[in-house]
Amino acid sequence: MKIITGNNLKTGAVIWWDGQGWSLHIEDAADVGDRGDQILAVEDAACRVNGGYVIDAEKTAKGPRPLHIKDRVRAYGPTVRADLSLKPADPEAGSWVI
Amino acid sequence: MYRYDNYDQAMIDARVAEFRDQTRRRIEGKLTDDQFKPLRLKNGLYLQLHAYMLRVAIPYGTLNSRQMHKLADIARKYDRSYGHITTRQNIQYNWIKLEEAPDLLAELATVEMHGIQTSGESIRNVSADQYAGAAADEIMDPRPWAELIRQMTNFMPEFSYLPRKFKIAVIASDQDRTALRWHDAAVKIVRNAAGETGFEVYAGGGMGRTPFLSFRIRDFLPAGQFFSYLQAILRVWNMHARRDNIHKQRMKILVHELGEEEFRRQVEEEFLHFETLGEDFPQAEYDRIAAYFAPPPFETGLSEEIDRSDPDFALWVDRQTVAHKAPGYAIVNISLKPIGGIPGDISADQMDIVADLAERYSFDDLRATHAQNLVLPHVRKSDLYAVWKALDEAGLGAANLDTVTDIIACPGLDYCSLANARSIPVAEKISERFAGRETELGELKIKISGCINACGHHHAGHIGILGVDRKGTENYQLLLGGSGAEDASAAKITGPGFDEAGVVDALEKATDVYLAQRQEGERFLDTYRRIGMEPFKEAIYA
Repeated sequence: MKIITGNNLKTGAVIWWDGQGWSLHIEDAADVGDRGDQILAVEDAACRVNGGYVIDAEKTAKGPRPLHIKDRVRAYGPTVRADLSLKPADPEAGSWVI
Repeated sequence: MYRYDNYDQAMIDARVAEFRDQTRRRIEGKLTDDQFKPLRLKNGLYLQLHAYMLRVAIPYGTLNSRQMHKLADIARKYDRSYGHITTRQNIQYNWIKLEEAPDLLAELATVEMHGIQTSGESIRNVSADQYAGAAADEIMDPRPWAELIRQMTNFMPEFSYLPRKFKIAVIASDQDRTALRWHDAAVKIVRNAAGETGFEVYAGGGMGRTPFLSFRIRDFLPAGQFFSYLQAILRVWNMHARRDNIHKQRMKILVHELGEEEFRRQVEEEFLHFETLGEDFPQAEYDRIAAYFAPPPFETGLSEEIDRSDPDFALWVDRQTVAHKAPGYAIVNISLKPIGGIPGDISADQMDIVADLAERYSFDDLRATHAQNLVLPHVRKSDLYAVWKALDEAGLGAANLDTVTDIIACPGLDYCSLANARSIPVAEKISERFAGRETELGELKIKISGCINACGHHHAGHIGILGVDRKGTENYQLLLGGSGAEDASAAKITGPGFDEAGVVDALEKATDVYLAQRQEGERFLDTYRRIGMEPFKEAIYA
């Protein structure tokens, strides 16, 4: 599947295109097929995303999982600071990255 | 330490106002990302994996308690209550919001700090010996010269659009604590036979994709010609650098391609031009700057005795303190390398504690080191126990300077958008594996980079580790034999890489070879240099 990610322009937070707007949670990421560049052009022009790009991901029971480790780290947070991740209470969340 | 005059402050304040306007225009969509990116980078604001990252310059690694308290305040108010000391003696914050960055920079400016020239194609923060003004082995304090460089190069139009970044180091002792020969240009302050002060000048060093050690371009440069010569070096590079190829833009490539003699000839020719103009820095300006670095009022008649009855304290004294030039004083190294911790990270609360210690025990003086530690440069020996107790209670009492657990590591793929592999988890695992073996293994400098840019100085590690991307998987190359000290050398790759667990095992095998083969008094590096790579390779790949 193809999903879109980028950073929130004002905050820098990692965001994922959910089909309607932008979410902080990769679980919300929508499969955009071949429409990625088209969506990004609109969102970039509206300053709703900074540095957006399309990535490959696999579908899993827990939602989309980026194929490249860099995007998995982006989705989770620093693997060495679980307390700063989006799921600090989930001890298994970090294992999803590697 | 140097204090801004009205002119310095006005420039920094004006830059904050300018950046505030640029940020507003970016958020309103009046600037594109392509237009805004070079503007934010000129203020040290990067966009990393999780957020914007701000790198704050700590000129030649020197700061006072007021500045450190402000860095702590900023960590709490604008970040997630911690910062990271970098290998250029700077500090960086990992979770900055663009919309808050102008306010942050305005607060920094109130304590004479900023992020200017911590990024982009500029002359970066000038490195200096972290023991400057305190070291028993220095011939003078090198920081006035570093400050002079800062003042002569910040905002100077000729150096605003360099071909690539440019790094300078200044030292004044035979022992090199700055990785001098890994810099684009560097000076070592020396005295000639007539007792005159001058400089050994080095040019053409750098790490990254293509590592080169600098060469000595001048054996003795009179002090009064200091800046002209540096400017001549920069000008030759600026004129002839390979701007067509990002991998060939650093000055080290030009030096390599021209050859040392031709590069030197061109620099000397350019320098002659400066000599005919008769222009260099005004001596009065140097004197004005130097006055800020006058030694603090050291007490006399202090005892040299240290009560070593507490064995943990005695170990810490042996590892973390260094001889001071003033009787009765010691230089204290504060380890930011707790066992299993993240190298260089320091919490806001720890920053406040260290700032208080600097104010109370070290003439309000504090240093950051390129090895990602901190230094209290002037502590009475009679105060060492109190300092140690306070540090230990704050989680800063590790006794591991320059040992196997005092690891340099870049942020790596946990934070950095350029990285190919994570550095910090490898450092954590090595630290945990070797905890307690610091004395057995002696001086052993391990340096880890998460990509070929080498921010973790892997080329200069006695043992270096380079993280690479191998078909989407983290892979780690092991290197041996590097040094960033006065015996500088470039490490060599052992062979095929390893996964994360494998590289820690391989590193342990290398230390086993060292323990088996070392002769009396040899460090790991000495043994490697004596017996060569082969015995290590045989053990590692057996």
